[in-house]
Amino acid sequence: MITVQNLAKTFGTKRAVDGISFSVERGEVLGFLGPNGAGKSTTMRMITGFIPPSGGTVSVGGFDMEENPIPAKRLIGYLPENAPAYTDMTVHGFLSFAAEIRGLRGEAKQKAVNRVVEMCFLEAVLHQSVDTLSKGYRHRTCFAQSIIHDPDVLILDEPTDGLDPNQKHEVRTLIRKMGEKKAIIFSTHILEEVDAVCSRAIIIDRGKIVANGTPQQLRQKSDWAGAVTLRVNGINGSALNQKLSQLSTVKKVVVLKEEATSVTARIFPKTGGPNAAPSGALAQSIADAAQGWRIEELHTEEGRLDDVFRNITMPDTVKEETK
Amino acid sequence: MNAWANIRTIAKRELSAYFASPVAYVVIVIFLLLTGFFTFMLGGFFERGEASLVSFFLWHPWLYLFLVPAVGMRLWSEERRQGTMELLLTMPITPWQAIVGKFLASWLFLAIALALTFPIACTVNYLGSPDNGVIFGSYVGSLLLAGSYLAVSSMTSAMTRNQVISFIISVVICFLLILVGYPPVTTFLYHTLGFGQWFVETVASFSVMTHFEGFQKGILDSRDLIFFLSIMVFALFTTGVIIRGHRAG
Ligand SMILES: Nc1ncnc2c1ncn2[C@@H]1O[C@H](COP(=O)(O)OP(=O)(O)O)[C@@H](O)[C@H]1O
Ligand SMILES: [Mg+2]
Repeated sequence: MITVQNLAKTFGTKRAVDGISFSVERGEVLGFLGPNGAGKSTTMRMITGFIPPSGGTVSVGGFDMEENPIPAKRLIGYLPENAPAYTDMTVHGFLSFAAEIRGLRGEAKQKAVNRVVEMCFLEAVLHQSVDTLSKGYRHRTCFAQSIIHDPDVLILDEPTDGLDPNQKHEVRTLIRKMGEKKAIIFSTHILEEVDAVCSRAIIIDRGKIVANGTPQQLRQKSDWAGAVTLRVNGINGSALNQKLSQLSTVKKVVVLKEEATSVTARIFPKTGGPNAAPSGALAQSIADAAQGWRIEELHTEEGRLDDVFRNITMPDTVKEETK
Repeated sequence: MNAWANIRTIAKRELSAYFASPVAYVVIVIFLLLTGFFTFMLGGFFERGEASLVSFFLWHPWLYLFLVPAVGMRLWSEERRQGTMELLLTMPITPWQAIVGKFLASWLFLAIALALTFPIACTVNYLGSPDNGVIFGSYVGSLLLAGSYLAVSSMTSAMTRNQVISFIISVVICFLLILVGYPPVTTFLYHTLGFGQWFVETVASFSVMTHFEGFQKGILDSRDLIFFLSIMVFALFTTGVIIRGHRAG
């Protein structure tokens, strides 16, 4: 549905987006991750046709956004960053306007408005002025606008920004459900959201794609992926370290916490990181070696997204310092 | 046909936005009060001893100078300030449909304000027997004048997200459009500065005063009509160029 090729945008001398290519099919929810200023919003603005690219092409449903913007835009629903809405209208007026500009009239319009009002829980504020809405309601009003024509393609720029935990949950559920039938791109910097909603994620940094894969694949890029966390009783930290370091499967042992009754350590496998060996092997060898200690906890880490995110997107100098 | 439907949807929204705010009513009341004041106090409506609305229309270029930019200043600057421009321009409409729709809505708003002055036309008809053709022509001219100022305001409104700045620039441009054909200025150019007559006339032909004059006499000259329409087309076209410029970054 969405194909982006070599997309680039230069503001003055600043390269905000620098040669991004990817595609999203129907039934996919693509998470767009990246630190602030990475170029997520700029990319989305080019996909929705708000700003023209400095280079590259966007095509939506087979229509090129530069050459054939109107049919391309018809397919898209868009929630811009900060959820703008006309403050001089009521929620109902605003949604009716959005429906009309999408070509819905009469009964079809009324039905579309009712549908999104229900989906986004807007009944309570339907005749209230947008001006007086709380942030969460305003956000949902703009979100409702983006799905009023039941679009095939949905572009959501930080759809859960500024919502309370319940509202966040509702929006995520909604996105996941709609993702079954639509092609959705949404940006976020909340990593748990990626797991909760996305079928695939792209991490962009300084205008470039630095990682692309399922949340599971991305997690495995973590240094932690495949490492084992162990909490045992009946041995002290240095003895544990010494004993486990001798194992052929172990690369490094880090004692995380040493208490009177227990020691917590993380053990990294020899073939750790992106191409970790079947993780059971390490856990098994540790369990075998642990004769005489009482194991309170033993589990293999899946790798953590925020770890991957930090590793990939942090400037090298900062990375060195925190190590 | 689709284009027209889009323009209407935009215009409808814009017009309802005007009437949703008290500013609209304030503007209309001020307009009516000022026309009354200018017509009866400064224009010598009664002293003229003739049944005409000359003293009424005489002041329109000056009255509109402040009134029209006040109506037009929000057109695009407000969209930019609130970020709704991003919604508007990612809808399946072309930018010119949005520009024309918004322009027509605010023009219609001014037309409503102007139409509310009809009691004054009734009054002269009651007091005497004026040439209603002249009055009609003057109304048409006045509406075209308002439209020209408004297109300029649309243009300046696209330049900035600050309504006040948009207002000021628009007043300055409209003031220049008056000035170049204002008799004291043309006389000054001609006599004091010694510019040739053709030069002074060329400059004056860019003035709304020169072209509004014909309408006030009840003469509908196609050149005057074309002049006002060209200003509108040019200013709206420039609005489009400015908006495209902002998006290109
Ligand atoms: N209209 C603009 N003019 C100049 N620079 C811009 C403009 N829009 C974005 N940028 C710059 O481009 C970079 C990417 O911004 P953005 O796409 O908003 O990042 P993100 O959404 O990932 O936080 C930032 O450095 C930002 O300052
Ligand atoms: Mg952003």
